Amino acid sequence: MISGRRVKLRRRDPKAGLAYLTLAAGTVLVAFPFYWMVASALKPFNEMFDLRLIPTHPTLLNFAEVLTRTRFPRWFGNSLIVATITTVSVAFFDSLVGYVLAKLQFPGRGFIFVMILATLMIPTEMLVIPWYIMSSAYGWINSYWGIMFPGLMSAFGVFLIRQFMSGVPDELLDAGRIDGVTEFGLYWRIALPQIRPALAALCIFTFLGNWNAFLWPLIVIQGADMRTLPVGIALFSGEAGSSWNLIMASSALAVLPVLAVFVVLQRQIIEGVTLTGLRS
Amino acid sequence: MSVPQLRLGTRRALWAYTFLFVPLLFYIAIRLGPAFSSLYISLHEWNLISPSKPFVGLQNFRLLARDPRFVQAAVNTVRYVLVGIPVQMALGLAVALLLQRINRFRGLFRALYFMPFVTPIVAAAWVWQWMYSESFGPLNEILATVGLPLQPFLRNPGQALYAVAAMIIWQYLGFQIVIFLAGLEAIPRVYYEAAEVDGASGWRLFRHITVPLLNPTLVFSVVYGTIVFLQLFTQVLNMTFGDQGGPLAGTLTVVLYVYQLGFQRFMMGEAAAATAVLFVAILGITLLQIRVLSKPVEY
Repeated sequence: MISGRRVKLRRRDPKAGLAYLTLAAGTVLVAFPFYWMVASALKPFNEMFDLRLIPTHPTLLNFAEVLTRTRFPRWFGNSLIVATITTVSVAFFDSLVGYVLAKLQFPGRGFIFVMILATLMIPTEMLVIPWYIMSSAYGWINSYWGIMFPGLMSAFGVFLIRQFMSGVPDELLDAGRIDGVTEFGLYWRIALPQIRPALAALCIFTFLGNWNAFLWPLIVIQGADMRTLPVGIALFSGEAGSSWNLIMASSALAVLPVLAVFVVLQRQIIEGVTLTGLRS
Repeated sequence: MSVPQLRLGTRRALWAYTFLFVPLLFYIAIRLGPAFSSLYISLHEWNLISPSKPFVGLQNFRLLARDPRFVQAAVNTVRYVLVGIPVQMALGLAVALLLQRINRFRGLFRALYFMPFVTPIVAAAWVWQWMYSESFGPLNEILATVGLPLQPFLRNPGQALYAVAAMIIWQYLGFQIVIFLAGLEAIPRVYYEAAEVDGASGWRLFRHITVPLLNPTLVFSVVYGTIVFLQLFTQVLNMTFGDQGGPLAGTLTVVLYVYQLGFQRFMMGEAAAATAVLFVAILGITLLQIRVLSKPVEY
């Protein structure tokens, strides 16, 4: 059975073996930085620079030190708070706006949609200066609100959700109206469950985007306690000297949860990229 | 009959605006307003510390044009685009074509190539720095083993930009692959079959069917990649954190220079002017994409 199938495959494409080999070689190159990060994080300090591929005396001491001696847990918590709140906010407001723009008739609808869409063209770099001036004027510097406020809604999400909301049948909403469902209920209980896959993709990307965000957090955060994970790790050498063992352990601790989430949600994430990439 | 209907319409419009109230406030106060205020700041001498902020017209733009560091940042940014985009696209397309050839483990390979795209890039930058290290990096270890001279990589003004670009290509390769795979899957099989009947194969199939029919995907990929490369900041800053912009500003980008001007030297006027230049560049590329892509694809 097995050998018969293999023969069949070979006959169909004689170069398939070569394709597998090339792809595997590429994978080794792509995965090497991850491997190096984890392998180094497992090495004791005096073996850091021996460049052996496999640690001879693997230890979890570096991880323990990062978790107890540095502010890493605090930064991790900050990132979790910031990414969670922005994701909930984006999911709620973007889906609400997307629903209103797709399903309700009212004067000014087209204008509002174009206005929101136009903000997609503005690069973040252009906004950070006014945001900073605004934040200093209102005392938002170095606060959670200061880190989060620019990301609480996303024009891209509105655009995405509106596309999917257009596919929700009007009959469904009309039936709800006849049953006496409130206008908010029509959105929340009838339309929203229909677009769950799109909403899930938006949530994943918003969370990842905010988890990895760097430019604005770097500007608005001033104290070591308020740092998000990327800012904390970027400024880590000041925190831990140039201890590469601690830098590698904290990098690994920052990367591994993201990769774990990626492994679980891999299909949705990659399909989400196709979905969103091709629609934009 | 028409009166209650009108009322119903008014009622719905009221609801619509109730739902939109907070979001509209957000888009006006946090997006559109600041965009205009950035343009306003770019026309003023705006030092955060000094209280007087006089109108200076286009002087900030003239200062930038004469500022060798800004000119270098702009040239570097263009170099990142010219180096990064072709390599990234060629590799992405090659891997996508290979993935199309195989039957098993396609999802696994795709996922492995995609990993860097979701990785916190600040953490990845540390590892890359180490890999490039002159005295204790694995790359130089390999060079030494095969008897080649050691390379300074990030410490050499001529090499640093390419070293950083390699890391960015590593980061975005998986994204390109996924986009190309979707594009390839959208090409109807019958064209290949028809061409094979006519005796075409290999390179000619690729040249005359894949490339023309993949055109919208290629355009999207160029535009997306270019916008990403024009906004390079995090990767560049973190690859040489202690020496922002690399040796002799060899890796400096426009956005990194904006950060230095605005938030280290507090020259907000010039920084805002630089972002206006960036905005015009990105807008131009986006409009170009819309024009190219709105042409219908002829199968």
